[in-house]
Amino acid sequence: MNGASSLIKSLEAAGVDVVFGIPGGAILPAYDPLLESPIRHVLMRHEQGAGHAASGYGHVTGRPGVCMATSGPGATNLVTPIADAYMDSVPMVAITGQVPRRVIGNDAFQEADITGITLPITKHNYKVMDPEEIPEAIAEAFHIASTGRPGPVLVDIPKDVLQAETSFAWPESINLPGYRPTTKPNRKQIKAAADLIRRAERPVLYVGGGVLKARAAAELMVLAEAIGAPVVTTLMARGAFPDDHPLCLGMPGMHGNYAAVTAMQRSDLLITMCARFDDRVTGNLDTFAAGAKVIHADVDPAEIGKNRAVDVPIVGDAKSTIVELTKVVLHDNSSHGRPDFSSWVAETRAWSREHPISYTQSEDGPIKPQFVVDTLGQLTGGDAIVVTGVGQHQMWASQIMPVNKPYSFVTSGGLGTMGYAVPAALGAKVGRPDERVVAIDGDGCFQMTAQELATATIEKIAFTVCILNNSHLGMVKQWQELFYDHRLSEVHLPQVPDYVKLAEAYGGVGLRATDPSEVEATLDKALSIDDRPCVIDFRTDAEEMCFPMVPSGASNDDLILGPAGQTEVHRGFEAGAAAFGGQGA
Amino acid sequence: MSESGMSGITTHTISVLVENRPGALARVSGLFARRGYNIDSLAVGETEDRSISRMTIVVSVDGKPLEQVTKQLHKLVSVLRIAELPHDASIERELALIKVGVDAGRRAEVLEIVEIFRAKVVDVDAGALTVEATGTPGKVAALEELLRPYGIVEMARTGIVALGRGSIGLKAPKLRPVSIQDRGSRVVSA
Repeated sequence: MNGASSLIKSLEAAGVDVVFGIPGGAILPAYDPLLESPIRHVLMRHEQGAGHAASGYGHVTGRPGVCMATSGPGATNLVTPIADAYMDSVPMVAITGQVPRRVIGNDAFQEADITGITLPITKHNYKVMDPEEIPEAIAEAFHIASTGRPGPVLVDIPKDVLQAETSFAWPESINLPGYRPTTKPNRKQIKAAADLIRRAERPVLYVGGGVLKARAAAELMVLAEAIGAPVVTTLMARGAFPDDHPLCLGMPGMHGNYAAVTAMQRSDLLITMCARFDDRVTGNLDTFAAGAKVIHADVDPAEIGKNRAVDVPIVGDAKSTIVELTKVVLHDNSSHGRPDFSSWVAETRAWSREHPISYTQSEDGPIKPQFVVDTLGQLTGGDAIVVTGVGQHQMWASQIMPVNKPYSFVTSGGLGTMGYAVPAALGAKVGRPDERVVAIDGDGCFQMTAQELATATIEKIAFTVCILNNSHLGMVKQWQELFYDHRLSEVHLPQVPDYVKLAEAYGGVGLRATDPSEVEATLDKALSIDDRPCVIDFRTDAEEMCFPMVPSGASNDDLILGPAGQTEVHRGFEAGAAAFGGQGA
Repeated sequence: MSESGMSGITTHTISVLVENRPGALARVSGLFARRGYNIDSLAVGETEDRSISRMTIVVSVDGKPLEQVTKQLHKLVSVLRIAELPHDASIERELALIKVGVDAGRRAEVLEIVEIFRAKVVDVDAGALTVEATGTPGKVAALEELLRPYGIVEMARTGIVALGRGSIGLKAPKLRPVSIQDRGSRVVSA
């Protein structure tokens, strides 16, 4: 057996069922044994697509997504998705070919020092110089990528190592003395956290993406109901707590809704579960939730106290931490009674009712982007995996789409990678083929990775792409309108290409809606297509801006609400169910 | 624990045990630059266990907490252990080679200084002599100051190596493997 066969056997042993990739010179040997392997290979059209597809797969399955590329340009094209996965803690393993050992460092054809390049954007990486070490490197890569704080791991293998004779033995143990993530939380800290919660008057559960990474959404529900405090879910945590739950306030931050932002600002205790006090959530740190004590639980100790001083730090896996904290909270509730946060909850719910996300769609006017998302949300009832790009459409998707199930909102948060949606939607559909997958994209984003529609057509991976086409780089335009005195610079994207024709050229279905009356029927038609990709070109109002908004660097107290709209978006948490508070007392 | 200079910048000595593998140095040194910390000196060499290297890093901290960079260091898979060595509870030594441009006329004065510092002359020719000095960073700096008026042609310093005094320290850990079964903690629950 050669190194290449050992690599493929190793991937099989690691439980890999699909690889997103593109072959090329240095990785060629690995593609030969792939012919006999049960592993499905999805041939992408650009390595960036392969990386984002692996990320989409990782998001929805919780298992590391795998992408594969050749040396040099193949590897460097993976850099953006690797950086993206690193920022958003997505489990991913990237395999790259490298030039043969004897020419490494010689500026050989298609040589790039990819382990050097990805040093700061991988959780760890390997350059495998001995074929005997391939199984060990792959086993370690999957272990590192999927445990602790998940992240991308790159394994770079020179071509002659893939060609060399070797034997395959899957390691029974992993020897990583420098890698021992703390998963079990400290009991004393859990007790201290529970004590702070009992003494709080206005607690808020600040939930971050780590809860989803630990697959701990069900456990979070039990904790939230045991405490009875309002819950905010960050962009990376959408779906970790259902939007239609009476305690849910939705997304906080720069474009978060008023209730979520204000609840944090007025809170006297942030119960932080695996969030990282990102600047897009906190705004100006000095004025962020200034009166709040902070409990901060995270599996990564480096996140604790990084941006915000902490009263009770807890290092541990989200699932263990939530389970342990729930036990103590329930025990305290049963011996001392449940603290009554009902008036605080009622206050936050009143904010939700008073300041909902809203927009105005006139009958004859241009299509409002929010109207498209709102209609989509009503048609799917939240029963879809939503994937977004980055920009205004992403924020509208997060604000308006009802996300009631975990692992069903896939987006590029930390790095903010335009072009994420199409390949990530493809990867999500491959990971969970029985789910409906809908990408909400912008016209700027869409053009960055649209070529993966070819992959989708050929591989019969069916998903819907809703382009909120305002013929602009919308979020950049919004900033120029607001902060650069309306001086628009290089943000106009004239209507080229024709997205309907483009979708058809790629073998998919292309639809267009230009009038509000067409939106629902067009979406209905698109959602009925299940054998190929479908792209809808929604010609939306270019003047629409995304609100609420906290200007960059400003205080969250200075949230700009924007104009009141006639249509209020109700995802279920603002009204309806009686004030939460009866259970668990 | 830390030494404050006149500028308000604090220096810390950190001892880091890393797996002796290619790239480990780049991983560690790159992290400091990336996170905005300045390395004053960095010395690397094998430990009592040849599979483990010790890096002694002197880092200047200007207003930022040292904690963030040590936490980030801990995250590197190649890093086994980290300890900050308090200046008052550790042995810190540095070696310097100082080439002084003196002719025979003033050589005796230089030799006198060398004698006082218990340094030694390791090379000499008509126009220069090279002094080898070992000691605390303060001693090496003081010697440098005294030799400067004679004309220092070249100087090479190793950077500090340090060990904690007595029982204080950072020993190489015994490496034991983890069962691969521990891996399966993440499952699909969607």
